[in-house]
Amino acid sequence: MDKETLLDWYRQMVLIRRFEQRSAELYQQGKIGGFLHLYIGQEAIAVGSIAAKAEGDHVITAYRDHGHAIAVGADLNAVMAELLGKQTGVSMGKGGSMHLADVSRRYWGGYAVVGGHLPLATGIALAEQYRETENAVLCYMGDGATNIGYFHESLNLAGVWQLPVLWIIENNNYGMGTSVDRASAAPILDKAKAYGMNGEQIDGMNVMEVYETTQDCLQKIRDGEGPQFVEMITYRYEGHSMGDPLRYRTKEEVEKWREDDPIGVLERHILDEKAADQEALEAIDGEVEERIEAAVQFAEESPLPEPEALYSGIYVEA
Amino acid sequence: MRERSYRAAIREALLEAMSADERVFLLGEDIEYAGVYGVTKGLVDKFGCDRVIDTPIAETAIVGGAMGAALMGLLPVVEIQFADFIAAAMDQLVNMVAKYHYRTRTPLPLVIRAPAGAILSTHGSTGPFHSQNPEAWFAHTPGLKVALPATPYDAKGLLLAAIADMNPVLFLEQKALYNEKGDVPEGIYTVPLGQARLAREGNDLSIITYGAMLSPALRAADLLDGEVDVEVLDLRTIVPLDKEAVLTTARKTGKILIVHEATRTAGFGAELAALIAESAFEFLDGPIMRLSSPDAPVPAAPELAGYYLPDVNEIVTAVRRLSAY
Ligand SMILES: Cc1ncc(C[n+]2csc(CCOP(=O)(O)OP(=O)(O)O)c2C)c(N)n1
Ligand SMILES: [Mg+2]
Repeated sequence: MDKETLLDWYRQMVLIRRFEQRSAELYQQGKIGGFLHLYIGQEAIAVGSIAAKAEGDHVITAYRDHGHAIAVGADLNAVMAELLGKQTGVSMGKGGSMHLADVSRRYWGGYAVVGGHLPLATGIALAEQYRETENAVLCYMGDGATNIGYFHESLNLAGVWQLPVLWIIENNNYGMGTSVDRASAAPILDKAKAYGMNGEQIDGMNVMEVYETTQDCLQKIRDGEGPQFVEMITYRYEGHSMGDPLRYRTKEEVEKWREDDPIGVLERHILDEKAADQEALEAIDGEVEERIEAAVQFAEESPLPEPEALYSGIYVEA
Repeated sequence: MRERSYRAAIREALLEAMSADERVFLLGEDIEYAGVYGVTKGLVDKFGCDRVIDTPIAETAIVGGAMGAALMGLLPVVEIQFADFIAAAMDQLVNMVAKYHYRTRTPLPLVIRAPAGAILSTHGSTGPFHSQNPEAWFAHTPGLKVALPATPYDAKGLLLAAIADMNPVLFLEQKALYNEKGDVPEGIYTVPLGQARLAREGNDLSIITYGAMLSPALRAADLLDGEVDVEVLDLRTIVPLDKEAVLTTARKTGKILIVHEATRTAGFGAELAALIAESAFEFLDGPIMRLSSPDAPVPAAPELAGYYLPDVNEIVTAVRRLSAY
């Protein structure tokens, strides 16, 4: 991997992490309300996989959606403004944290009903197949989503119709407080086989591995090998959402996973490969800090939505 | 007087029903741990994970599975984490659960509990997919009963009645009320499904309401004391509907304001208005009025959320408008 790319990934991953940490602070200050699900620990997945996608490819995910929004290049200011419920937010403040989207970048957004976006991913893929394009859909979900009916119907459909979808399972070991082994009867990877799909399990804490695997999978899809399935093993360091007392896991477990911190893994790689020195990385950290603060300032200074906005957008205006 | 929160009242109903009858068991996501709103906290310690059963995220399987267990004579109480997500089990509920007795005359004693409604803080709401009031979906489906307790007393009594009922009951807990306190007697008691409660007597005008809107309706009535003598009827269940109580208050005051948190068009208020227009028309001294959330999804933005729910001031204004007729 060339030096520029590695540094770009580092920049994006730190940007996501700092965005999330800052959001948590704003939540604690009462500036963000509702539910807030942080992506801290899972950054390598959004960054590595989205880096591997082609321009025409689509991205769709669940409610833990800030990282994907940032990785597709959605306007950071508008994403932060959305969290604060401002008029300038990506959904005009009406969606909030769980429902970001940037359709202009083919980021169809985050969805709060677990698994609810999977049928949609098959539909987008069907449209691409119908038009005989090379484009594919990167559909992300948590481990917990592999247990709901939507998953099984969508994978089956993608299988029989050979739709251009890459199913990316972000297995962070838990769906809320329920560990994978208490919720899934079979290893998640086996579910791919059930629908006749190639499946792979990889280290989701390693951005290089995520990138390479995603690239391979997308190539297979474009070569006509049908839908692909990757289970990326990862961990969320914070609670399911803000205010989760985390009684279902031990401190030791979290500490163990921290050794594999995806940013730490990449940082070590960059230093080992001498792609950059500590100073250069710190310069990036500083740049990120400025962007985050600018986004917070933009969001805080943005106007509140007008009351009439309550009714806007419910129907297409004639 | 024995004060308990709405949340604690529901937990007590579950605890007492489970202690009294081994056939009662709970199914839901993360309920062992407490559930998102903490209702089932501690129950697993008392009854074990064979009776407080954590499920995968699979609403269709949860509702359909509970239906099967109920047909076998067990008394499952399902928790759907947010009322919005019942939509993921809608086919099982509407096509299987609601019509089974009709087809086979087999009792189907199933209770589905779900937190409904928006909580709007100054920080914003939980947004369009975690805040809805779907009671009209179920009221529109013959075969289901629908309870919306407005007080801790009713929360416990209605839930115990729902568990004892041989029909499927949707028990829509009001998120905004979980921390509200009130009198909750010890032990098992039931509040019959289908019996409204006159929460306040008055002669000039009737507010008909249920669920989370009862408390602002009562506050509005208090504020108007000496100006308009407001009667407040709490339906407690919308199916079965206590038509007699609705018509009695309509005939008494002749002025009806219906208040509910759910959106307006085809909301349950429309059904009430039609019922009154059909059966008490000659007693009316003004238009039947409705106050509800607007026909819009629940917005996440705090600023917009502030305009969303009907509140005490709006109720006061609506009462004044209606009483001017
Ligand atoms: C249909 C549905 N049921 C339940 C929920 C509540 N819920 C929100 S997130 C979640 C856990 C999902 O876990 P997973 O898919 O592993 O994603 P993660 O949060 O770990 O990213 C649950 C049960 C929901 N949003 N939608
Ligand atoms: Mg998970």
